[in-house]
Amino acid sequence: MAIAEQQTSSQATQAPGGRSWHGIVLETLKRNEISLIPYVPDRVLTPLIKNLHADPFFTTFATAREEEAVGIVSGAWMGGRRGAVLMQTSGFATLANTLASLAVPYQIPLIMFVSERGTLGEFNYGQSLVCRTMRPVLDSLALEHHTITRFDELEFIADRSIKQAVTTQAPVALILSPLLTGGKVFDK
Amino acid sequence: MTTRNTKVMNRFDVTSRLIAKLKREEAVIGGIGNTNFDLWAAGHRPQNFYMLGSMGLAFPIALGVALAQPERRVFALEGDGSLLMQLGALSTIAALKPKNLIMIVMDNGIYQITGAQPTPAAGVADLVAIASGSGLTNSAWAADEEDFERLVDEAMAADGPSLIALRIDDKPGVGTTRRDPVQIRERFMHGLGVREPL
Repeated sequence: MAIAEQQTSSQATQAPGGRSWHGIVLETLKRNEISLIPYVPDRVLTPLIKNLHADPFFTTFATAREEEAVGIVSGAWMGGRRGAVLMQTSGFATLANTLASLAVPYQIPLIMFVSERGTLGEFNYGQSLVCRTMRPVLDSLALEHHTITRFDELEFIADRSIKQAVTTQAPVALILSPLLTGGKVFDK
Repeated sequence: MTTRNTKVMNRFDVTSRLIAKLKREEAVIGGIGNTNFDLWAAGHRPQNFYMLGSMGLAFPIALGVALAQPERRVFALEGDGSLLMQLGALSTIAALKPKNLIMIVMDNGIYQITGAQPTPAAGVADLVAIASGSGLTNSAWAADEEDFERLVDEAMAADGPSLIALRIDDKPGVGTTRRDPVQIRERFMHGLGVREPL
């Protein structure tokens, strides 16, 4: 088990075939015609955000709060344009009311990418506490969610989950584990 | 212009005046509570969307619709208490400059539906000044009903986002929206031409 963890951990810094986790996410979004990307930034998400901004296929912009971003992609979906929200664990924690009163009851395929803080080497106690609220909130609303830890599973999970969200008109949270991204450590 | 020399209007009356002006299948997003109750009471249209929660998200939802359908004008009706929950959205909209988004703020200074408690902004903050300071330069108080209609006409011809604030009385909404979120969303999508009914 320890060896397996070491191997998956090393994947975080060594992308097979020269591909990066954020490159796979960007291509998967594009393939699924998801072009509207509001976000509240996170250090780990920085390369993804930078490349989304650089690609004219995407409309990428920061919002002041995660709730706002959820409102925007919900409106866009109803208007016929697909979007996804990028956020950090602590940002997800602000969303319970919006999920329960907008995304779930109106059956909106809200696609969320959550960079996971608070585990596997967290240095901020508050982050580790708020992280523990994320999966119970998702489970309490019976929301589909996956924690992605491996490069070789990322494309499959992200692509299939996006397609499932759209066809079943249900939200999905894709949690990007530090095992995949490398996470944020104290000296960064 | 400040709130002090504006007429106190009525939400249902000004909502009805707005709806009467809409001839091109403009989308209208009604914020939580009385704001969408009066939108409902003014006469259901397929291009109306009614929020049953997510307080403060009328402008963000309308922004999403506006970004998805840049050729369609999109109105958002929001209460002052709701707007106070999501002031950051004003800057987001100012940064994106959607040409087709018109925001209307119904300001009575109270949380009417919960028992008419004053908002923290009542008597101290100026919502139009906040909007202007957030970068929405085309923001104005409506002096009276005729001025409101004039500002709506201007906004519909404008080349950027507009915000119109009105002082309203403390009356509750006239109607009650049917609380059927799936049907509200589905019919709105039909109204926007995104989907055909089964």
